[in-house]
Amino acid sequence: MKVEELLSPKVKSIPPSGIRKFFDIVTEMKDAISLGVGEPDFVTPWHIREAGIYSLEKGQTYYTSNWGLIELRKEISNYLNRRFDLSYSYTNEIIVTVGGSEAIDLAMRAVISPGDEVLIPEPSFVCYKPCAILAGGVPVPIVTKAENQFKLTAEALKEKITPKTKLLVLPYPNNPTGAIMDKNDLQAIADVIKDTNILVLSDEIYAELTYEVKHVSFASLPGMKERTILVNGFSKAYAMTGWRLGYAAAHPAIIGAMFKVHQYGIMCSPTTSQYAAIEALKQGDEDIEYMAREYNYRRRIIVDGFRKMGLDCFEPLGAFYVFPSIQKTGLTSEEFCEKLLYEEKVAVVPGTAFGESGQGFVRCSYAYSIENINEALKRIEKFVKKYI
Amino acid sequence: MEEILRILEENNKITPEQIAIMLNRDVDEVKAAIRKMEEEHIILRYKTLINWEKTEREFVTALIEVKVTPQRGEGFDKVAERIYKYPQVKSVYLMSGGFDLTVIIEGKTMKEVALFVAEKLAPMESVLSTSTHFVLKKYKDEGVIFEEKEKDERQVITL
Repeated sequence: MKVEELLSPKVKSIPPSGIRKFFDIVTEMKDAISLGVGEPDFVTPWHIREAGIYSLEKGQTYYTSNWGLIELRKEISNYLNRRFDLSYSYTNEIIVTVGGSEAIDLAMRAVISPGDEVLIPEPSFVCYKPCAILAGGVPVPIVTKAENQFKLTAEALKEKITPKTKLLVLPYPNNPTGAIMDKNDLQAIADVIKDTNILVLSDEIYAELTYEVKHVSFASLPGMKERTILVNGFSKAYAMTGWRLGYAAAHPAIIGAMFKVHQYGIMCSPTTSQYAAIEALKQGDEDIEYMAREYNYRRRIIVDGFRKMGLDCFEPLGAFYVFPSIQKTGLTSEEFCEKLLYEEKVAVVPGTAFGESGQGFVRCSYAYSIENINEALKRIEKFVKKYI
Repeated sequence: MEEILRILEENNKITPEQIAIMLNRDVDEVKAAIRKMEEEHIILRYKTLINWEKTEREFVTALIEVKVTPQRGEGFDKVAERIYKYPQVKSVYLMSGGFDLTVIIEGKTMKEVALFVAEKLAPMESVLSTSTHFVLKKYKDEGVIFEEKEKDERQVITL
């Protein structure tokens, strides 16, 4: 029996992610430092961790409702209203998921029919394309460009819309570019799709991490709530990555469909995490502000550092990534990352891990201490000087 | 101003140049602001937080609750001054509640601290009573946890 041949061709067709490659090396290499990790360096605030501990002490170790705890859904509803001016009913418009990632998967599986086209602005987070394929859809990348601050433009969107277009992914604030879409940018997108049946998957997991400007949710635009599947979670805003907790908010029919997939595939999200998340939403606004301020300091340091060494670096206003252009070095993204790792022992991620259009760029995370960032910048500068 | 202070309070090794970048301000403006705050004694001193317990140095710290009679016209300030002028006194706070002054003192031995209380502090005219508590272990000081591990525990993951 040749087991490999028994695997699903669809799964086999999905290439492995390009992000991991370098990091296995980093962990082995002495003195190597990394700007590679895409998760907060903060530990979850203690009062939130403690809420998780209390729930365990009280013996709250059972499944919750498939939807998630009702108190948590109420708090999510309040939170979305308080911070983004959105109005979602906790009874049938919100579902608690295992991270934002599960919500993305559920959304795709709930709405995509075989052959449906899924528009994905690139460079972007690595999961949209495989999730679309696994759901039977056809991913259609839309290239975003540095000269447009990596925003999705109405023109680029129009070009890719066909009668088969079912879903548009809006991944802003964006991983890996740090791009955001302000209200006008979003309105331009809304104007393009308002007379179509295209649904929007708005992945707003970095909504709390915008700098200089406040995040605007696509769902808050007039007429857009009905067609928008809003995805958010606790990982980035509250530094709760390991708790695996997110949620989706959408029209009751869509949430109902996602619910079906969720209840059979997952049953419910981790109970301890849900109790901790209630505390986060009730008492965590100050934590969000503290962490966002710290990220902003680092963001300015790292952007300044790349510009001073002569690389073009557009100013990212969201998430915790910078996406400098390394074209001046004459190296491809992969060459740059590999040489940088072996010559100066700094790990960054090639832009191509996030789509072909990431060629010529690298992703650097600034979810690191200022000391770490300064040291990394020093080494990268030394490296870059050899090539430009 | 407040943001500069917050950054320096956390880490005074950060240079004015770096602060200027972090706050998106002009370097000269930041330097001038720091100088002004130094002159106005808003910034008093740049100190280093040390975990002495990891060194060979022998010393004890005590927290002393002091009840005093405030002096006419001077309030508590005069008596506080007489106490804080001793170099072995590290901190003096005026308190609300059951006693008046918290005095934190450091000495080489418990005996040295006890003698200070018996010979200097307690006999002061306006001191009514003292209650000395020795510190056995410091877990956290100035917002810093002493035994915190600094290792990056984030693992390799696809995202």
